[in-house]
Amino acid sequence: MRFGLFRRSSAPVARERLQILLEFERRIDGSDLLARLRDEIIAVIAKHVTLDPENVRVKIDRGKAVSLLEVDVEIPNSPGALHATPTEAM
Amino acid sequence: MGKVVVVTSGKGGVGKTTSTAALGAALARTGQKVVVIDFDVGLRNLDLVMGAERRVVFDFVNVIQGAAKLPQALIRDKRVETLYLLPASQTRDKDALTEQGVARVIGELRPKFDWVICDSPAGIERGATLAMRHADTAIVVTNPEVSSVRDSDRIIGLLDAKTEKAEKGERIDKHLLLTRYDANRAARGEMLTIEDVLEILSTPLLGIIPESEEILRASNFGTPITISNPSSAPARAYLDAARRLKGEAVEMSIPSDKRGILNKLFGRRAA
Repeated sequence: MRFGLFRRSSAPVARERLQILLEFERRIDGSDLLARLRDEIIAVIAKHVTLDPENVRVKIDRGKAVSLLEVDVEIPNSPGALHATPTEAM
Repeated sequence: MGKVVVVTSGKGGVGKTTSTAALGAALARTGQKVVVIDFDVGLRNLDLVMGAERRVVFDFVNVIQGAAKLPQALIRDKRVETLYLLPASQTRDKDALTEQGVARVIGELRPKFDWVICDSPAGIERGATLAMRHADTAIVVTNPEVSSVRDSDRIIGLLDAKTEKAEKGERIDKHLLLTRYDANRAARGEMLTIEDVLEILSTPLLGIIPESEEILRASNFGTPITISNPSSAPARAYLDAARRLKGEAVEMSIPSDKRGILNKLFGRRAA
């Protein structure tokens, strides 16, 4: 990779990375989509299961055609954790 | 009524202040009455780039706080008599610029000048949003480099949402000023091309300023490049951009400093 002849030109890479990133950033319109998603997901799950918000991870992997939303929720195995908390039926 | 222009970018160090000084001087040289305003409170530099750093008595914040009248704070350029500077203050209080204060000052300047050019600080904080607040036209300064293009995209979003015009449902006039462009590197595939940047940001081009040693030389001397060396490549690019800003149809080109072989071998420059 050291020698000029074999070096891939970097501008097309920059261009493609930017296009993917900006398409995504424009869609979420600068707002903090992840934080909002995380808050709402926690709120929904907490209606039914006891959980520690610290143990909820929300991640978005941006791809060219599709993006992958990954939600990782850790639920403690303590007794009663999986029982619905007393909220009105949805 | 004068036109209010914001020179903005999001990212720092891309050439906002250099471009403000160069375009302001270029417009003033054609007889237009121009005031350039430094919005970078706490980190002012437009005074230095314009060579007026030792003439600052009152500043923007003094005017807003009522400690000075606007005409007392305006510094008239010694080289171009229709060019004025309103310097920022060096106070560390970031809240020194108030929404109402800025509105009042812009309101006072607009009828007295043909061009009110606001040099925005980097970032998307208060200083930057206040600088763009009253703009009719925005010049987004961008380097052909990923972080600068991304930040420009963000700023374009803010211009369409947070300006007075946008809030009234009107469209703010946006232009891209591509600076530090190296045509050779772009041709070798080492730098985003003009077409790349235009396609990604889909904003019309105001001008292409070639990378040049002359820019540093001009700021070292404290003279806008369009005054100190108007025949240099970057100055010609800025002069063309200023004409486009005035609405003239000027063919887009990338000026270059083509030096003859003798010139390259002996000595750098005549002046």
